[in-house]
Amino acid sequence: MKQRDFENRYRDSWEQLEAWLKTDHKQAETAALDLPVAYRNLCQQLAMAKERQYTNRLIDHLNQLVMAAHHRVYRQETLRRKGWLHYLLAGFPQAVRANSRAVLLASALFLIPALILGVGTYNNDALVYAVMSPEQVMGFESMYDPGNRVLGRERGSDTDLFMFGFYIKNNIGIAFRTFAGGVLFGLGSIFFLMFNGIYIGAAFGHITRVGFISTFYPFVIGHGAFELTAIVLAGAAGLILGRSLVDPGQHRRTVALRLAAVEAMKIMYGTFLMLVIAAFLEAFWSSNASTPIAIKLGVGTLFWVLVFAYFILAGRREDATHAN
Amino acid sequence: MLDTTYNVETPEGIDLRARAAGPVPRILAYAVDVFYRSLILTAVGFALLFAGIAGDGIWLVCAFLLEWFYPVFFEVLRGGQTPGKKAFGLMVVNDNLTPISWGASFVRNLLRFADFLPFAYATGIISMTLGRHFQRLGDLAAATLVVYREEERAPVALPDTTPLPPPQNLRQQDQQAVVSLLERHQDLSEARQQELANLLEPITRKKGSDALSYLRSVGSWLLGGRG
Repeated sequence: MKQRDFENRYRDSWEQLEAWLKTDHKQAETAALDLPVAYRNLCQQLAMAKERQYTNRLIDHLNQLVMAAHHRVYRQETLRRKGWLHYLLAGFPQAVRANSRAVLLASALFLIPALILGVGTYNNDALVYAVMSPEQVMGFESMYDPGNRVLGRERGSDTDLFMFGFYIKNNIGIAFRTFAGGVLFGLGSIFFLMFNGIYIGAAFGHITRVGFISTFYPFVIGHGAFELTAIVLAGAAGLILGRSLVDPGQHRRTVALRLAAVEAMKIMYGTFLMLVIAAFLEAFWSSNASTPIAIKLGVGTLFWVLVFAYFILAGRREDATHAN
Repeated sequence: MLDTTYNVETPEGIDLRARAAGPVPRILAYAVDVFYRSLILTAVGFALLFAGIAGDGIWLVCAFLLEWFYPVFFEVLRGGQTPGKKAFGLMVVNDNLTPISWGASFVRNLLRFADFLPFAYATGIISMTLGRHFQRLGDLAAATLVVYREEERAPVALPDTTPLPPPQNLRQQDQQAVVSLLERHQDLSEARQQELANLLEPITRKKGSDALSYLRSVGSWLLGGRG
């Protein structure tokens, strides 16, 4: 068949498809076009055009049309609205349990330096200056000095909002970096986990040493349940990425990395949510000086219990049904 | 490295073609996005000027969202194109050339930080240069690709000629050459077209404008026109 006859025969169907592709999703559902059929016919016509060596211009045009239709046919929609609830109730804790080795390793990378520095700064007055500058230590001490009547500075609700923004930008940024660094063979995650462990451990040890216990612990215990856990989980997700590159198993490294990224993201979505909760608590609850210390310690402990119970227990029943 | 074509075979057995975009247009596109982001942040800053310290808090939240989610938002909801990518005709797609999904977009943009290390996207640029399809680490982990968006070309009006049957000894590839000569009649200068037409002199026994108009007639016949 000559190219011109070929074009004349199919032009209408191409134009129809083109017009349909220009409509948006909602209109598209009502427009009368059987996309899979139209797409398959189009593919066949492109194959014919190539086989018969029609001109490049026609082949390019059909190729573009195929590409546009391909985008509509194979649109990947992974996150459905229903999926979110399931993720929160079961998927997130399941993903954490499924990667318990990475989570334990991340915990160790965070807790061991924290313990060493915590005990060290508690016993040695000078050690804290190996981690922080004297100005930082001064600022830190003055924030938690029980001599102050309020925590931190004199704070109103507008300051709370400012601190919320500050924690969102900083803390979530830190967690995201802890995760992203994992793609460098895990080294970035290891670095940020240990760095945070050292810093936080030193802060705990030093503040305990100077005796500001009654202000510091009530402040950190509440949001700490979410924030410290989330940083460890972000590190664990990063280690999953790193592991896939160091030990790709039976796959090529790029394939292993892709599979690992899918797994790691199951943890990262939840981590993000935890950090938002942590920023909220840190800005609006932890800093509230009018709440009695006992209540803050009690609620803070409750948060820890809840977080651990969530990761240990949530979605268990489904694990069992999957196994059967 | 020279051939940047990226081919994917669809389940229908069709080869989809796209051209992977290299570091330079991507860096430029990124610069445009940084510019837009700063512009938005400045505007938000002015708008919140009178909201005091609480406004600063909101501004920080905006800065956070723009830093991490500005590309995700545009890539997923605007056909793989941030404003910067749009300006340079680029788009992000999954490596099977389907539209990028939320998960993939999150991964590639979260890992942007690792590509940035140790400074100025050094890791990302090295990764792009080493790989076949210019993928930075984030692209590799997310299985995504930055490609050129092909712009639709307007169909060309063919010159008016009376179709003539081709000479008998015109081989298949010569026929194709004749047809593309006809198709490109607006892109090439008249003199260059005549020069090309002269190449077939042993077959057509014509030179200059005669040869060209004869070949155009032949091309029109080959495309299916009848006298």
